[in-house]
Amino acid sequence: MPGPIVTTELLSCSYREGRVLEDISFQVKRGDYVGIVGPNGSGKSTLIKALLGLVTIGNGSVTLFGTPLSSFRDWHKVGYLPQSLHLVNPVFPATVHETVGLGLLSLKRFPKRLNRADKDKINTILYELGILDLERKLIGELSGGQLQRVLLARAIVNEPELLVLDEPTAALDPETRGRFYAMIADINRSRSVTILLVTHDSGAIGEHASKMLYLDKKLLFYGSFDQFCHSPEMSSLFGEHSQHLICHRH
Amino acid sequence: MNLLEILSYGFIQRALLAGTLIALLCSVLGVFLVLRRLSLIGDGLAHVTFGSTAIALALKLYSAMSLLVSAPIVMLASLGILKLSEKGRLSGDAAIGLVSALGISIGIILASAGGGYNVDLLSYLFGNILSIRSEEVVIAALLCAGVMLMLTLYYHELFAISFSDELAQVSGIRTSYINAVLVLLTALSVVLAMKLVGVMLISSMLIVPAATALQLARGFKVCIVLAALQGCSSVIIGIIISIMTNLPASASIVMVNLLFFVIACVARRIIYPKNNN
Repeated sequence: MPGPIVTTELLSCSYREGRVLEDISFQVKRGDYVGIVGPNGSGKSTLIKALLGLVTIGNGSVTLFGTPLSSFRDWHKVGYLPQSLHLVNPVFPATVHETVGLGLLSLKRFPKRLNRADKDKINTILYELGILDLERKLIGELSGGQLQRVLLARAIVNEPELLVLDEPTAALDPETRGRFYAMIADINRSRSVTILLVTHDSGAIGEHASKMLYLDKKLLFYGSFDQFCHSPEMSSLFGEHSQHLICHRH
Repeated sequence: MNLLEILSYGFIQRALLAGTLIALLCSVLGVFLVLRRLSLIGDGLAHVTFGSTAIALALKLYSAMSLLVSAPIVMLASLGILKLSEKGRLSGDAAIGLVSALGISIGIILASAGGGYNVDLLSYLFGNILSIRSEEVVIAALLCAGVMLMLTLYYHELFAISFSDELAQVSGIRTSYINAVLVLLTALSVVLAMKLVGVMLISSMLIVPAATALQLARGFKVCIVLAALQGCSSVIIGIIISIMTNLPASASIVMVNLLFFVIACVARRIIYPKNNN
């Protein structure tokens, strides 16, 4: 039986302002779609960054695909879609095609070169996400929704086994947001990609996620959406009315 | 004096050859530096080059030999800037300012203490490409070949860190190593470019071609090619103007560079009227 994709044990992280994550322990199994929710400043993004080695871990451990993070080298197994669209410099002169090509670098050895097959792969993923017509556009010319799809294409073009998304829908309107969640759910099902998705939108993610992780510096809940909806801890946290709204809005 | 006559002089041929090679280096590196918001690193390292040249002159090492003293010092300074900004809780511009101040103050102290080599040292403030010697052209050609080879080998990694450090890291790219490669290559190019335009104008060689290319380029590779073409053309045109009008070569080169930038801005408004916000 294959081991867990992600394991954290008593993970803690601190910034200068104080502790952001405290003793977080959980496991993500292959094929899981985990929605990570929690209030502002609860450490959701820090958790994601700690899992990917983007922030220094204070205490505890992270294991990816059975390998401790410090010695993990199989980055081609991981796709990442970061939080902020402003991460992208609007005057950056890269085309959509060049940007998506960056996602293939994790598969390449030095000196990294993209070949004809890679270019076909880029075109295929652009086609699958319905953005092939944007191929020659500069990334600064795209709308928020288009840019999000391009960054998603960049994140999955290397066919990762784990896809990590940090508030991917923050800049999208509700309709585009819904389509985006459906797209991620489809990637989870059709490609058997394990998903970790940070969001504020507990209700919308609940429709698609197989598990919910509720965080407020500490891990307050980790289980299925159904369990989330029937959890007395969550009821006391949200209030029964709000919990009902989250769980039954669809 | 007609153009063919101008081109028949050995010192002009050397200036054109070395100048084009240095412009090629600076323009290509400049694209990565501008996009990584490290534009002013060239300025900071030029100040360090000034200080290191003062050390070389104090040791009675002149011309090409002074490069042997300057290159390692400036390369160390470039790594110092990187470390200060990564570990020293300083932003990149503050780190550049610190190292730059150290370099220029060493230069001034040695210049005032040495007396006799002040004139040589001051020539590095404004550059003098027309006095470039054959051995300096050879060094420029060798370094240019080395730097261009490194840029070709690390092209995708440099592209990735320029796009986003975070995304590059999750693609398994060792971002601190690639950052070090970038600043070391910049340090070498700055040491070479000192002779061309001097301390005062060096950052224009790095920034202006990249800034010009960014106005018009539709693609990252296109941007690099445009910057290189613009940088090299500016040096050639600038040197020719300087000889025909008896103006300083360094300032002429920079003015041509800036003229290209203005033309590119106007062209952008005409070609892409919707993208001018």
